[in-house]
Formats: sequence, C-alpha cells, structure tokens
Amino acid sequence: MASPMQPAPQPRWMRWVEQRLPIFSFAQHFSEYPTPKNLNYFWNFGSLAGITLVIMIVTGIVLAMHYTPHVDHAFDSVERIMRDVNHGWLLRYMHSNGAAMFFIAVFIHLFRGLYYGSYKAPREIVWWMGVTILLLMMATAFMGYVLPWGQMSYWAAKVITNLFSAIPLVGEDITNWLWGGFAVDNPTLNRFFSLHYLLPFVIVGVVVVHIWSLHTVKSGNPLGIDIKSPKDTIPFHPYYTVKDTFTLGVFLIIWAAFVFFAPNYMGHPDNYIPADPLVTPPHIVPEWYFLPFYAILRATPDIFFINAKLAGVIAMFGSILLLFFLPWLDSSKVRSANYRPAYRVAFWLLVVDCIVLGFCGANPPEGAWLVISRIATAWYFFHFLILVPIIARTETPKPLPFSISEPAVKPAAARA
Amino acid sequence: MAEAEAHGHGGETRRDFILLLGNAIAVVGAAAFTWPLIDSLAPAADTKAASTTEVDIGPIKEGQAVTVKWRGSPVFIRYRTKDEIARAVKDDKASMPDPQPDGERHHEGKAQWLIMVGVCTHLGCIPLGQNTGDKKGDYGGWFCPCHGSHYDTAGRIRKGPAPKNLPVPDHRFVTDTRIVVGEKPKKAAA
Repeated sequence: MASPMQPAPQPRWMRWVEQRLPIFSFAQHFSEYPTPKNLNYFWNFGSLAGITLVIMIVTGIVLAMHYTPHVDHAFDSVERIMRDVNHGWLLRYMHSNGAAMFFIAVFIHLFRGLYYGSYKAPREIVWWMGVTILLLMMATAFMGYVLPWGQMSYWAAKVITNLFSAIPLVGEDITNWLWGGFAVDNPTLNRFFSLHYLLPFVIVGVVVVHIWSLHTVKSGNPLGIDIKSPKDTIPFHPYYTVKDTFTLGVFLIIWAAFVFFAPNYMGHPDNYIPADPLVTPPHIVPEWYFLPFYAILRATPDIFFINAKLAGVIAMFGSILLLFFLPWLDSSKVRSANYRPAYRVAFWLLVVDCIVLGFCGANPPEGAWLVISRIATAWYFFHFLILVPIIARTETPKPLPFSISEPAVKPAAARA
Repeated sequence: MAEAEAHGHGGETRRDFILLLGNAIAVVGAAAFTWPLIDSLAPAADTKAASTTEVDIGPIKEGQAVTVKWRGSPVFIRYRTKDEIARAVKDDKASMPDPQPDGERHHEGKAQWLIMVGVCTHLGCIPLGQNTGDKKGDYGGWFCPCHGSHYDTAGRIRKGPAPKNLPVPDHRFVTDTRIVVGEKPKKAAA
C-alpha cells in the first residue's frame, strides 16, 4: 500500500524499524486516510462488521478449547460450556447472538451500498469482495450452527447438504463426499468444525483486500460524487474513529441486551434436543438471516425442463451471485439514489420485498404463503434483472451538486 | 530469470521449453497432491463396511410399519394391507413426477413388504406416515412436513417439490421373516 505521505518518526528506533518494516507509515496511512466529510451514519456499519468479526474470532477460539467435535459428545460439551465452564454461558451467548449481530451489520452495510451505488465504478472490486465476504459468512454461520448437534443443527446440515443432490448426474456422489458417508454423521461434524474454524480467517483475508481496494479508490459518500479537493475530506482519525466508537457503543448495548436478557430469542427451542437422525422436527426453519433465501428455495416451481428442486437451488444461489453483476446491470452513472427518483422507489420496494421473503421463509410453503413467496421471489429477480437496467437507461436524474463542499445546487434553470 | 535471455526472433528457445515443461510438471504435481486431500473426504473404509443391516420382520403385523437405521438413515419397512397394494397398483398409470409401477417397488411375490429409504428425495427430511397417528398426505402413504411432499402407498412421489420416489434399497430375504438391507438378492433365491 504505497502511501505518498513521508512520515518523520522521531526516535531512532522507530526510524530503524520503519526502514525495515514500514509499519509506522502504514499506521499513518490509516490515521490520515482522507474520508469524505459528509458521511452519514449508514457509513458506520463496515467498521461495526469488522469489529464483530474480531469479537467472533476471539470468543470462537476460546469456545473451541471447550468443545468436542464428536456426535456422541458435541451436545454434552456445549451443555458443559453452558453450565460448568467459567463464564462459558457468556462466551457462547456472545458468539451465538454475535452471528445475528454480524448479519444485521452486514445487511445494513449491503443495503447502504445498494442505495448509494457503492458498487459502481471505480468500486466494483470493493463490491465483489463484499459479496464474497457475505457468501463466506453464510457458509461459516451455517457450519457453526451445526456444531451444537441439536435437532435444528442436524436437520439444517441435512437439508442444506442435500441441496447439492439437486445437481444432475453427480449430485448423490457429491453429497456422499460432503458427508464423508451415506448420511450426515460424525465425519460431517468433524469437517464442519475444521471449516468453521478456518473460514473466519479467510474472511479476514478478504476483508483486507476489501479495505485495500477501498483505500485505493477512496470511500463513497451520500452525494455519490467524487472527492474534488482536500477541502472535501477530513482525516479518518480522529473524526471517524470517534464516530465509529460511538456507534460501536450503541451496537454493543443492543448485542448485550440480547446476550443478557433474551439470549435464545433468535434461536429455536428444538436445538436443545440432541440430534436424532430418525425424527425430523415438525417445523424446521433456518436462522432469521437465512429466511429470505430459504423462501426463494422453496418458492421456485418447475421451470421448463428443470425440476422444482434444482430450480430452487439455482434460484437461491443465483439470488446472491447476481449481485456480482450489479455494476453492469445498473449502468446509470449517478451513484446516489437521492438523485435518482425512480431507482429510489425501486430500492425501497426491494427492501419491502426482502422483508416479505423473510416472513415467507418463516412460514410453511402452503396456501397463501406459497403464492406470496412466488410473487416476492419473482419480484426479487425482476428488480435486479429487468427493473434496474431499464431504470438506468430511462431515468432522468436530478442535478448533482458541484462538490461535497458546495452541496447547494444551482437553480434548476442553470442546468435545464 | 532476470538475465537478458534471448527469446529468438519470435521463435522459442530451449529455455522457454524448459520453463513450460517445468511449470507443467509443477501443475501435475500439485494436482496429484490435491487428489488425496479431496479423496480423504469421501466415505472411509469403515464407513463403507458398516453398510448392511439385518432385520427380523416376523413380529410386524399387517398394516404395521417399523423404521430401522441403515447407513445412518432410516429405512421404512411396511407390511402393506391388501387395500394399500390395490390402491398403489390402481395408480400405476396415473401421471406422476417419477413414474414407476408398483411391481418394481417390491420383490416378486412379496408385494406386502415395501422397503424404502425413509429420506425425502427433496432435501432429506424424514417423511411422516410410519406411526398410526401420523399425517399420511393426500395419497395415504407418507407426507414430508418440511416442504410438503406427498408420497403414495408405494412410496412414489405424487405431489410437492420432491423429484424422485423414495428409493428402494437393495435388500435380500434370508428367510420369509428375515431380511438384510444393503445386499442384493441371490440369483436362485427370491
């Protein structure tokens, strides 16, 4: 990360280190990083997500010291963490509720990006790294959920790994390979534990690239226009460190409220029943952060020659993978939805659609819920594949301000 | 590689060839090393070895069903009533996602014994229908509560998202009242 700033570390030992490892100029880069001065609070969720990742890794490493990845002992070792290990209950509740808090931060971060056009040039790679992090997070959260080896753990593992059996011809071989057997069993639990430990560090790696790319192209801002002069920016430290610290405080209070007052609010009671491969719980649903995707999976009917099962799997993975193409689906040069009246309406409809899909995912796919699921799923794909490209080509954006420092727009007559 | 090696005039030198060969060998070597890593995740020898289950079906009465565990999954063993068999045969010609006559779902002369892997072919839940109080779905066989698949009295998928019938595993009648699940029938027997 080449920094144009030349640090002048005073003490000799600092100079000595700097010549061998430019760590002080690196730190200085972060401290002085010129950040747009007009960021609103939606720009705080990246740092919240990053800090959550650190807390998840720290609590997770300690939990792993007490956990036994074996079908005969996993459930009991988690109960031992809850009852006997000193502060084990606290660590586990921080970790399990932390997964939900992580998704809250990341979903807001993602929708911030959708609203303010953060995926547009020159930030496409920042966006791709973000979508990659989301996929890795989903895999990590899913495998972590399997580890307590309760009923929901087991059946989540069974249903999700069975998604791969939808692949034509080799589907069954792939599921047997994923399981390391003919059903979800001890080999499956062992490898999920191994990967659940590994993937967070992979996420750290992708986060580094995410921020590296961001610092190369610089942060976006609510106006969606480029930084034009140093007057438009303020140094990250202390201005945004203090702002991020404030929201971190609020975020941690909410997290702590769950941990101490409603630690199982977002969980399912069935997961306190040990896994039983012969009995499926009457109503299985994933954790709330997967509900919209689960709704898409179940809503998809037969599409031409593709059977419903395969079509559902394709639609579910497709719903995230299409985000990679968003920089080209939305060809409008105007980034911020504040200046795009039609896109702004479409954005809020998408938000409503995703919430509706969440409710559909929580309810059985029958009767009215199935109909609503199908409409909401169709709308999701319609939004990204048809509506957004059409709006980008036909919409007349509002006049953009000249610069961040000079947000007042000239009278409409001056532009029109 | 920093030395100013002549690359000829658009032609290839011996060094280019050696470089290409060396890289190719490295790729093959890396692939050869990756295979054991990937293959180690496939079912191990002991997992494969524990692949048959012997069941005494003598105590099962007409209309009753039992569930046994085979390869970590439930196997449904059902002593079908005359009605259930008739109902299944009657529907042989009906339109269904995975058409199969009832006669192909049991051993010859053993129409009463329906033996199937009790794992929904959609996403792997265990369908209801083995116990008397269970919801059996619109076709009187089995019903998967997870995503709403209905199976008939021959375990064929009739309605819902599942693409295939409940699979009939290899099984062998050792005697009239003992079966081994996971073994093909011997030629002379059955």
